[in-house]
Amino acid sequence: MLNVVKVLLLLCAASVALPGLAAEVSKEQIKGLDEQVQDIKSDVLAISTELNLLEEKLLFPSNTQVSLFISLAADDDFQLDAAEIEVDGKLVAHHIYSFKEQEALRDGGLQRIYTGNVRNGEHLIKVGFKGKSALGNKFTEVADYTFSKGVGPGFVEIKLIESAIGSNGIEFSDR
Amino acid sequence: MMRTRALSLLFLPFSLLVQAGSEKIDSPRDAFFGEALFYASQDEWFDAISRLDTELKLHHGVDEPQLDQLHYYVNDAEFSVGDFELSYRVHRQAGRAIKAVIEGNVEPEVRNEAIYRLAKIYFQKEQNLNAFHAIERVEGDLPEGLEDDLDYLKGQIYMVNGRFEAAEKIFKSLSGSDEYEGYAGFNQGLSQIAQGSVKAAGLTLDSVGRLNSDDRAVLAMKDRANLTLGSRLMDAGEPQAATQFLERVRLDGPYSNRALLGLGWASASFDDYEKALVPWTILSQRHVTDPAVQNALLGVPYAYGKLGLFGKAALGYGHALSMMNAELDRLDASIASIREGNFLEALVREEIKLDRNWVIKLRELPETPETYYLMDLMASHDFQSSLQNYFDLEQLRKKLERWVDDYAAFEDVIDLRRRYYEPLLPAIDEQFRKLDSLINLRLEQRDRIDRRLQAMLVAPRPDFLATSQERLMMRAIEAAESTDVARSEDGQRRINRLKGVLTWQWETEYHERLTTTFEHLIELDKDIARLNEIYNSFVRTRQAATQSYQGYDQQITHMRQKTERAQATVKTLMLRQGRMLEMMAIDELQKRSQQLEVAQVKARFALAESYDRATMKKSGISSEGMAQQDKPSSEPPTPDQRTPDQRSPGLQQEDAVQPDAAQSDADKLNKPQPDSAKPAAAEVESPITEPPLVEPTQAAAAERGVL
Repeated sequence: MLNVVKVLLLLCAASVALPGLAAEVSKEQIKGLDEQVQDIKSDVLAISTELNLLEEKLLFPSNTQVSLFISLAADDDFQLDAAEIEVDGKLVAHHIYSFKEQEALRDGGLQRIYTGNVRNGEHLIKVGFKGKSALGNKFTEVADYTFSKGVGPGFVEIKLIESAIGSNGIEFSDR
Repeated sequence: MMRTRALSLLFLPFSLLVQAGSEKIDSPRDAFFGEALFYASQDEWFDAISRLDTELKLHHGVDEPQLDQLHYYVNDAEFSVGDFELSYRVHRQAGRAIKAVIEGNVEPEVRNEAIYRLAKIYFQKEQNLNAFHAIERVEGDLPEGLEDDLDYLKGQIYMVNGRFEAAEKIFKSLSGSDEYEGYAGFNQGLSQIAQGSVKAAGLTLDSVGRLNSDDRAVLAMKDRANLTLGSRLMDAGEPQAATQFLERVRLDGPYSNRALLGLGWASASFDDYEKALVPWTILSQRHVTDPAVQNALLGVPYAYGKLGLFGKAALGYGHALSMMNAELDRLDASIASIREGNFLEALVREEIKLDRNWVIKLRELPETPETYYLMDLMASHDFQSSLQNYFDLEQLRKKLERWVDDYAAFEDVIDLRRRYYEPLLPAIDEQFRKLDSLINLRLEQRDRIDRRLQAMLVAPRPDFLATSQERLMMRAIEAAESTDVARSEDGQRRINRLKGVLTWQWETEYHERLTTTFEHLIELDKDIARLNEIYNSFVRTRQAATQSYQGYDQQITHMRQKTERAQATVKTLMLRQGRMLEMMAIDELQKRSQQLEVAQVKARFALAESYDRATMKKSGISSEGMAQQDKPSSEPPTPDQRTPDQRSPGLQQEDAVQPDAAQSDADKLNKPQPDSAKPAAAEVESPITEPPLVEPTQAAAAERGVL
């Protein structure tokens, strides 16, 4: 019995002493690779910025560019399900909101829902929002707005105000 | 935190204090800054940085930046870029951005917040001395809401730099903070331990261990404080005192397994094996991948053996063996699965990451057995950062792939435009040149009229305002003067009379006519303004037509090259990062295999011995006689001693000062076991001679069991 135990103990010690089949990853290796990843992230970010500028110049030149932004003034329980936007009678955006997007809007972020090109002059925007109020009532809020597109890029902020839903709950501002 | 600040700054409605010069400006918000924050709020850091960077570049490129909306937020925007970069874990770039803010002409609040961020970067990168020097530069007013964060970071930095006394004071001052409830107290206790104030540390950790809270992260800290106290008391040979703390640890918390194991040992130390069986039995029914559970699987039959129930002990060891065999098979399968690349494939599955607790989901996937074992590994900082890097690289890979397609689409658009405009433009240009000269002529005429009218204000010329009919009449009268009619007196008189009538009209109606003429000029100016508008619009459109297809080829070619180079780099780095993750995972699994093999050997030995004892007991040999027959094996093997996996992620700094946790089972088996009734506290938690640092997020993650 004692011999058996000794053999077992030796086997056991040997199994622990055996080096792992996979090589250990050192801190230096992790750090070195991390720095290289940081570098490529910076490079790709720079390309992305350049691409954004190119895209803007090529696809949305400033004299015709118009961007529509959505913002929200609402409490946590308010639920925004969807938004739909028409410009001059043409549907240009339809968006279903994820939970994270709703949170981002509640936190004060602005969602660029549409960027496009229009001629200088007046244009009609029609907006519709669907969702559920903090009390659980479903709502549909619709409004329209005429904005004047000048020489420079046009921006229109469309703000849904929870407290005013049912009576002019959509506020527009442009520049 | 900075994001919150940026948001709050941005949305103070029209009454924002900003650093554009030192003026106070009421200004509407910048939509694109708001858009960047929209992405940042969703943790989409790449898009947030890219959007804000683009906006800043556009802002710096305009002729009159003071007219741009971003002018009022430019410092906040620069600062937010640094903040987002930090969140995107491009620390070096973030560091540069933040240093630029610190060195800029900014308000003390902004500067101090930048210093805080910089110190945090250094601290996260384990550049402790740099972190210390940075945090010491904070002076003057602090940004609202950042006071506690700054103090907590300062305390942490002091701790890693060995300034425990100062750290203790800071953590003590944070005892009332809602945000750092539990964490500050725990670190205060560790600072006291590091100074040798064991009694004070005990009191501090005890108060943390009694916290009332619904916050799961705070509850995890509470458990941790109790576990730390319990393990210290066990180590000090006071198992009775340790029990009360270990019993406080929640049964469903992240530290419950270790607490249950320790509780069993505490009872065993009084030879109360019946009581020890209670926590060990609970623990043994949990998942066998946890080393504490493996210990309990051996602990239960060990206790039965101690109680003289050798048959039951033998069955228990047999059960432990079968469990361990099954797990070893599963571990082998997992290692093979990782080597086949399944692990990385599972990690990048999009549908999993839609869930907040995606790691938990991951471990439930039947086709990825390896992930089941990697929860502890996934909670470690190195693995997390490597994993996040892998995700980021995957995101970059997808973006770069899409951009290459975008370039092709851009080239198509440009080609279409070229083919549309190039044949049209020569004819348009020709027509435009004609119209241009006509317009110039009309403009000159208008200017001449304007000059003449201005002169008439000074020197009236009624004849200039004659109607065309009057002019014709005057011309006819003048023509009559050169005829025979004018030679007669009567004829001349009549001519003079006619002239007089016209002159009378001109003179008497002069002011009225002049006013009317000015009104006509104003109307003309309106038409000219409209003409100029059309003219400029045409010029712009004409320019836009050319610009819509000219001058892009080189830029797109250059960008495509850069994108392709980046694609190659990302591919290489993904391979390396993936390989590293696989190595870390395999290493972890192999360690577990080795632990299980050791436990298996012990269980086999104990099984054999239990059978021997059961047989001997059945045949009437007393245990005393048995002990005399086979003295070296008189004690059944105890469950494993402390293993590295038992330690919580936050306590890993102890490794440097603790007896090597992997002073492994082999040593323990080779050496005579210490009195098994006197367990080492290390089985539960080692004494903390070097303080661990507790990040709220770590504890929260540990609590949730997710990254």
